Amino acid sequence: MNGSKQKSAYDRMVKRVSPKSEKPKSLCKAFFVGGLICAIGQGLKDIGVYALGLDLEDASLFCSFCLIFLSALLTGLGVYDKIGKFAGAGSIVPITGFANSIVSPAMEFKREGFVTGVGAKMFQVAGPVLVYGITSSVLAGVLAHILSLLGR
Amino acid sequence: MQAKRMGRQSCRLPSRPRVQAFASTAGKKEGEGPLRETFDVVVKDDTLGEKSWEKAEKRMLADTVTLCLNKAGVREEDVDLFLGGDLLNQIVSASFAARGLQIPFLGLYGACSTMAESLLLGAALLDGGFGSRAVCATCSHFSTAERQYRFPLELGNQRPPSAQWTVTGAGATLLTAKPDFPIAVESFTVGRVVDFGQTDENNMGAAMAPAAADTLLAHLKDSGRPLEYYDRIVTGDLGQVGYALMRELCEKEGLALGDRYTDCGCDIFSPEQGLLAGGSGCGCSAVTLNGHLLRMMEKGQIRRLLFMATGALLSPTTTLQGESIPGIAHAVSLEVV
Repeated sequence: MNGSKQKSAYDRMVKRVSPKSEKPKSLCKAFFVGGLICAIGQGLKDIGVYALGLDLEDASLFCSFCLIFLSALLTGLGVYDKIGKFAGAGSIVPITGFANSIVSPAMEFKREGFVTGVGAKMFQVAGPVLVYGITSSVLAGVLAHILSLLGR
Repeated sequence: MQAKRMGRQSCRLPSRPRVQAFASTAGKKEGEGPLRETFDVVVKDDTLGEKSWEKAEKRMLADTVTLCLNKAGVREEDVDLFLGGDLLNQIVSASFAARGLQIPFLGLYGACSTMAESLLLGAALLDGGFGSRAVCATCSHFSTAERQYRFPLELGNQRPPSAQWTVTGAGATLLTAKPDFPIAVESFTVGRVVDFGQTDENNMGAAMAPAAADTLLAHLKDSGRPLEYYDRIVTGDLGQVGYALMRELCEKEGLALGDRYTDCGCDIFSPEQGLLAGGSGCGCSAVTLNGHLLRMMEKGQIRRLLFMATGALLSPTTTLQGESIPGIAHAVSLEVV
């Protein structure tokens, strides 16, 4: 029996039979829900600036706090996973998705204790984002510094 | 010994151990599906009032075994063997259930093929005279499987349409050496591990279909039977994708499966439930066999059933390390005598 030939023939069969994700539909859903979350964020920022009299930087922080809180609350109420099922990347990419990725394992692993469960597993999903996010920001900072020295 | 062995992978059981009783417990979603009338118990709450999902799964299995014994009017001390397993690490649901039941216990791991694996071993042990009653049982729980194999429940992620939904449910079959009951385990085929190089853990049906086709071919060859011998051939949890692939693979070998072939993963949920490619998990074939299928045999609507539970023998570690997914399928032939 020719193993690899059989396997690639099977791969083609699997590809033909497996249902495809409906890309245009998924993209539209992601675009509108993601856009809606960002619009809410902008609204919160405007509240910060115009109603609370914060400067731009503090208003941005206020906006992030509110969004994180709302996402954590909706995760706890069991709503955010339903939004995510509908919107896909639209609700994963904004900061609310990041909050959801930390709150959901914290909830899931509470039964294994606060140290060995919640503490150890909380960054199970978000961990890689933090590691590579911080690493790349350090590298970008170093690069920016070198460029600024060269440009002087 | 020669008299019992047929071909490379199969055995016949001359004493034909009987099914004395069977029982099934299904979760809430399964209880809303097309097979809802066939389950003995549908739980209202998937936690079963327990503090953790793992405890709920263990409880579901233990309760289903107890229910099965009660239906037969048999006490725990009258059962010689408990053969069972589940999907969790170290098969804790089965061993923790066995802790309470106090029936001599052999833990099995065959992933989602466990129902067939336990049945064939139970029947073989009874046929060999190593006991007079054996209870074969398995279970799975959506929420324990998710946290072990995938993501936290509340994480807002999407699944591709080929993904399957782990069934919350437990099934138990009580086998007896006494020939006083109508449904018999007549022969079985032990599956080989088959791997066609599939790596997508969101498409388990595709990983397992070649194993199911391989076992079916082996069974027919070893037993010398035509496909038409069986009224019904059932696979465990191939789902929509694996079901289509199984048909195609068999067609290539000149076997037109036709109406007699169904899959528990396709039958347990309706498309309206929005659970993508269908059900999976040890519980999927266990509740379908110990509900729908054995009830049909009792009524004489199926006289010869080839039950083939299918398993994907992966772990989260092997998937992360880029290994392909090996599949297995065991076949058990059940007949109304």
